[in-house]
Amino acid sequence: MTDQNLNAIERMAMVKQERMAAKLGKRYAKEKRFQAYGIVSIVIGLSFLAMLLGTIFTAGFSTFYATEIRLTVTYDQELLGVADMNDESQLAFANWGALVKNALAERFPDVSGRSARRQLNSLVSSVAEYDLKDRLEAHPELLGTTEEIWLMADDEIDALMKKQIDRDAPESERRLNDFQISLVDSLIESGELKTAFNTTFFTNGDSREPEQAGIRGAMIGSFFTLLVTLVLSFPIGVSAAIYLEEFAPKNRFTEIIEVNINNLAAVPSIVFGLLGLAVFINVFHLPRSAPVVGGLVLTLMTLPTIIISSRSAIKAVPPSIREAALGLGASRVQMVLHHVLPLAMPGMLTGTIIGMAQALGETAPLLMIGMVAFIADVPGTPLDPSTVLPVQIFLWSDLPERAFVAKTSGAIMVLLGFLAIMNLFAVFLRRKFEQRW
Amino acid sequence: MTVVIILSCLIHTIVTLTVYDAFRVKAQTYKKIGGIPVKKTVFAAIFATAAAIAAVPAQARDQINIVGSSTVYPFATVVAERFGRASGNPTPTIESTGSGGGLKLFCEGVGENTPDITNSSSYIKQSQYDDCAEKGIDIIEVKIGYDGIAFANSKAGQKIDVTQKELFLALAAHVPGEKEGELIANPYETWNQINAKLPAVKIRVLGPPPTSGTRAAFVELVMQKGCAKFDWIKDLKKTDKAKYGEICDSMREDGAFVEAGENDNLIVQKLEADSSAFGIFGYSFLDQNSDKLQGASFAGVDITFENIADGSYPVSRPLHFFVKKQHIGVIPGILDFVNTFLSDAAQSEDGYLAEKGLIPLSGDELKAMRASVNAQKVMKM
Repeated sequence: MTDQNLNAIERMAMVKQERMAAKLGKRYAKEKRFQAYGIVSIVIGLSFLAMLLGTIFTAGFSTFYATEIRLTVTYDQELLGVADMNDESQLAFANWGALVKNALAERFPDVSGRSARRQLNSLVSSVAEYDLKDRLEAHPELLGTTEEIWLMADDEIDALMKKQIDRDAPESERRLNDFQISLVDSLIESGELKTAFNTTFFTNGDSREPEQAGIRGAMIGSFFTLLVTLVLSFPIGVSAAIYLEEFAPKNRFTEIIEVNINNLAAVPSIVFGLLGLAVFINVFHLPRSAPVVGGLVLTLMTLPTIIISSRSAIKAVPPSIREAALGLGASRVQMVLHHVLPLAMPGMLTGTIIGMAQALGETAPLLMIGMVAFIADVPGTPLDPSTVLPVQIFLWSDLPERAFVAKTSGAIMVLLGFLAIMNLFAVFLRRKFEQRW
Repeated sequence: MTVVIILSCLIHTIVTLTVYDAFRVKAQTYKKIGGIPVKKTVFAAIFATAAAIAAVPAQARDQINIVGSSTVYPFATVVAERFGRASGNPTPTIESTGSGGGLKLFCEGVGENTPDITNSSSYIKQSQYDDCAEKGIDIIEVKIGYDGIAFANSKAGQKIDVTQKELFLALAAHVPGEKEGELIANPYETWNQINAKLPAVKIRVLGPPPTSGTRAAFVELVMQKGCAKFDWIKDLKKTDKAKYGEICDSMREDGAFVEAGENDNLIVQKLEADSSAFGIFGYSFLDQNSDKLQGASFAGVDITFENIADGSYPVSRPLHFFVKKQHIGVIPGILDFVNTFLSDAAQSEDGYLAEKGLIPLSGDELKAMRASVNAQKVMKM
């Protein structure tokens, strides 16, 4: 009887063990599968990132060097029609183009005929003549003298040097003809044509000639816009977070505020642009296209992000610290300012930097307030019209000249660089100052 | 300005209160427990920047503000840049808002915070003119040249020759059926169903959205001309204008016509990738990509600089901009800018606008335009 029972129990145990073993095998397999899914998603994500960066870098790398042509320019008073360097109107109407054309004609005395001369003149950037104007204005004593100067080559010549134009293609399917290529070859032979680091890209504002277009205006515009955003949103955001976490009574009213802040964080950014247009421009008459207005609009956009991250940073400070401070006789304001705020600051700064990085990449709200525009002058104050980096990228992507494709990618690389630096800084702050309890 | 001052006052109050308290704390106190000490310098720096922003004085606008058509944008920007660099005036700012959007902003009223000039790739409509007139705006009309609209495909595909009627049949939402007065949903799937000499490829055309001036001009110059080839539709124009417009202006929505957005470069790239597709965009984009794309000819007339200039290429339209007369003399340099646009350096056949793909005005037109601008002739409608 007992034996039988024992056998039955043993049998049952054995069956159970077998089942368990089978189940265990399944569980392990499941775990392996789950891990595999994770790895596959990461690989997919990384390969998309690699593809994105790959296309941007291959297309944009060529922006960072440019072709220049050395010319012997004579600042001829008669040719220019300038007698007095201090007379603004004489400078404005001077024939600057003649200087370049003359220098080219002297370098290639054999070229004659109208069409050939036109092709010769098209070697040099069509607004390079104004570089000569700027140089002469800075050094009036050069008037009447001769000097050798490197001028930007036209974007077509630049494309040829970067092998974007196929020399072997039939002449009709090439954007440069055989004559122009022979001129370029003669310049290369004599060392009067070089490819150098493209400083123009970092020193010029926007231009319609790809070889002259730079991102300085957009970079400074972005700087001013972010400065205004930071100066306004950080103190307001932190103060709001401190009050809501430490002082505000918990009632229906503060609950409504809380829900609203969370909602605002999810509002599409274009809405803030519309608000900015209606309030800052139409009611307060702030200048259109100005970084001040851009900064104000982006402040509205980043405030919820900063408030939410600041609140969670304050929440993470353990209550024991507050109790200790109050127990030693500190007032509530002292407790917050002397103990809670310093400990929460790293988290707040991290949130702020992430909010700023978000603001740096924003274009939609700026469309409504006129910052999506062709603005060639580099802004001097936050009230001057200007664009920002992502807007410059958007504008360049829409232009017919093919060299702007490379410019677009180049500008994206600069923007990505800034974003990476800001995010690294956030990581650094977290590492350095974060406290664990 | 006001808002900046108000906001900085607010910050000022917050900051001073905070600094006042933080002042008496020694950094030593919390070094032991970590974290960042809230030093008065941090707040002082923030305060100083806020004060600096508030202190910038309000100033009158001294650069010209231009809005409007994305088709005119590539030309207006070239002139603006040269105007800025040569004259020493600030470079005008140019927003690409589309022709309709530009006129809306332009007609908001007179005053420093409204644009001085709006670009337009289609002529101003009566309703738009009335909106402007209501606000007391005097408009000076400036015609700046012509732009051909290309119907182009990749050089890998077959170069085609079409008529407006064939394009209407390919792209209209409804086409005339066999009986007179009957309309059927567009049945054509491949080009050779319309005309046997056209290639046997699926109809797929990429074009701009309805907000674009290029679309408006394409509808006017191709679709309407094409549908007027059917007599009974032509007669409808007199009897039932709404119905006529509905037949002629509506484009297919079954995938044969794709609205590709305002970005013409995007269309160009898609055409390179898909040699069976056609695209609708301005001549300047075809000109810049002449090594990769070819334009269709209309009834044997190729899209070339000469053919657009002498008017034989049928799908071309004049480009305009409209100047607010009240702003001349208030915002500096408006007349100088317009004259730069109409100067020989810009408008001659090898001028810098022609290089960018604009077909310049003929000699007589140019003279007349200059005279009317310098007399500040206000347009009437």
